[in-house]
Amino acid sequence: MSLNNNLTEDQILLRDTVRKFAEDIIKPQAKELDEKEEFSYDITRQMSEMGFLGAFLPEEYGGSELDYVSYIILVEELARIDSSQAATIAAHNSLGVGPLYYYGNKQQQNKYLPELAGGKLWGFGLTEPNAGSDAGNTQTTAVKDGNEWVLNGAKIFITNAGTDITLGSTVLAVTGEKANGKKELSCFLVENGTRGFTQKTMHEKMMWRASNTAELYFEDCRVPAENMLGEQGDGYKQMLGTLDNGRLSIAAMGLGLAQGAFDYALNYARERKTFGRAIATYQTNAFKLADIDMGIELARNYLYDTCRKLDRKERFSKESAICKLYCSEVAHTAANHCVQLLGGYGLMKEYDAERYYRDQKLLEIGEGTSEIQRLVISRMIGCYE
Amino acid sequence: MNILVCISRVPDTASRILIGSDSKTIDPAGIKYVVNPYDEFGLEEALRLRTKNGGEVTAVTVGTAASTDVMRTALAMGADKVVLIKSENEPTDSFYVAKNIAELAKEISPDLILCGRQSVDYDSFQMTSVLAELLDMPSVSIVSALTVDSDKLTAERDIEGGKETVEAPLPCIISAQKGLNEPRYPKLPDIMKAKRKAIEERDAIPSEERVTISEMSILSKQRVGTILSDSDEDIAELVRLLHEDAKVI
Repeated sequence: MSLNNNLTEDQILLRDTVRKFAEDIIKPQAKELDEKEEFSYDITRQMSEMGFLGAFLPEEYGGSELDYVSYIILVEELARIDSSQAATIAAHNSLGVGPLYYYGNKQQQNKYLPELAGGKLWGFGLTEPNAGSDAGNTQTTAVKDGNEWVLNGAKIFITNAGTDITLGSTVLAVTGEKANGKKELSCFLVENGTRGFTQKTMHEKMMWRASNTAELYFEDCRVPAENMLGEQGDGYKQMLGTLDNGRLSIAAMGLGLAQGAFDYALNYARERKTFGRAIATYQTNAFKLADIDMGIELARNYLYDTCRKLDRKERFSKESAICKLYCSEVAHTAANHCVQLLGGYGLMKEYDAERYYRDQKLLEIGEGTSEIQRLVISRMIGCYE
Repeated sequence: MNILVCISRVPDTASRILIGSDSKTIDPAGIKYVVNPYDEFGLEEALRLRTKNGGEVTAVTVGTAASTDVMRTALAMGADKVVLIKSENEPTDSFYVAKNIAELAKEISPDLILCGRQSVDYDSFQMTSVLAELLDMPSVSIVSALTVDSDKLTAERDIEGGKETVEAPLPCIISAQKGLNEPRYPKLPDIMKAKRKAIEERDAIPSEERVTISEMSILSKQRVGTILSDSDEDIAELVRLLHEDAKVI
């Protein structure tokens, strides 16, 4: 990691601090939590005390007031050690806190944000069993009844939505039909404990096993009208905006994982000897490591640059799709080469390479598959006009 | 209670050190600089004493203009005030550094001065003693436990094969040893606030350099293996080596 990528003094200090925290606190527990598929309340509490949960929120809500580059570095450094903890932080900030902060009214912000910066979690209920990339096909409905909305339907793969410290979730639902015949979508803030709303934690995951993923069920679940996020019919726009930001944190997870796998692989390749020489000195291995390093350097520069665009409030939809796609592919290559360089040991759970290899796979699927990212990019460059 | 903490800016121990073309300095390119780890113990102890007794913590470093980064770290950890005494080149002479810190100490009259037991760059181990001499204060070095009362302190020192407990009147100079405390991680909001706080900068006073470096070289890296037998003595030695040298158990 030779380049400082034009980081400011405080960004470097933040990077070093999070790196140390991740290595001291998370690393010793990562393997066991993964093995047991256990969400750690203790680590989450410590991350909250460090200010990770209200990363970019202003101080008035108890947030850390990070610029976006700093937030992305936070996620990257966590993912370098453990994707599960990085996922908890990335999902909470980008998908949980994000929509409330960007689209919520003052009353909603005052009600929820201080708690969400102070140790509670919030989910983002978008994906359904029959609506993933195709969010327009959302089937969860909300019907107005007096001063309440009545929700029915189900959500799936919702990060952070089913823990004991989850306060609630933002839920996308169909609230009518638009003039063009398409579904009108709106978002609702639904608190855990609301009658008719149940959360079921999903098990047997391949990756991110120490993060919480839940299914959400709504059966005649009544929420007060004031729990609508923004205006009726804003749901689709809010969702797209949230995903643009969210893609950058998934990209950060890819970048961090790639760096972790690379460091691990390089270290091993310089130590491990075959035929009397370190395996890093064989060109076939050396070139693999050179390729990963090149990918990481390019990914980091492009990702940070895109975050600076966001901080300057410039458009970044295409760039964020490129970040997400590229970083997750670099992570894929890094994890794959890492296992290959470790040979038989790479296949054993005792070595971190195996966990990197499993954890990276989500990055090509979650928050828009790699195929969807290519669709976004190809649309933005005018292929279909 | 006013406390002065001396901070040295050193290369991260994981950095790959290269000698500059003059054979007398370290090539700074590609090196990550950090707060000297032993100074972190000193700063942490100062912050804890402030929490207990009130007062103000001032952190000082003598270094080049680039040293604002370690001052920023001190602010983020909780120092009230930081002073960067700017020298033209990276200071290597302990007397020069001590002389500059002593001048500041005379201005702010601290009740306690904390240093690390050594800086992990030049390892001269001199700061505590030279400062004590210049300021005519008692000093206690390599302290691993500290209690401070209104006019005196009690310190535990690591000595070969044991510990000794000493007392000294305030004001006093202490050098911190590992084990004194567990330094905190700066919290993210404090890092962000630290960037808005001021770093007081002043030029170093000219002072003679009593020791100058004439040449630096890097030892050629050779792996030295140790072969131990299965005697009880050697097994104990193996455990000691794994614990103290390799630090894996």
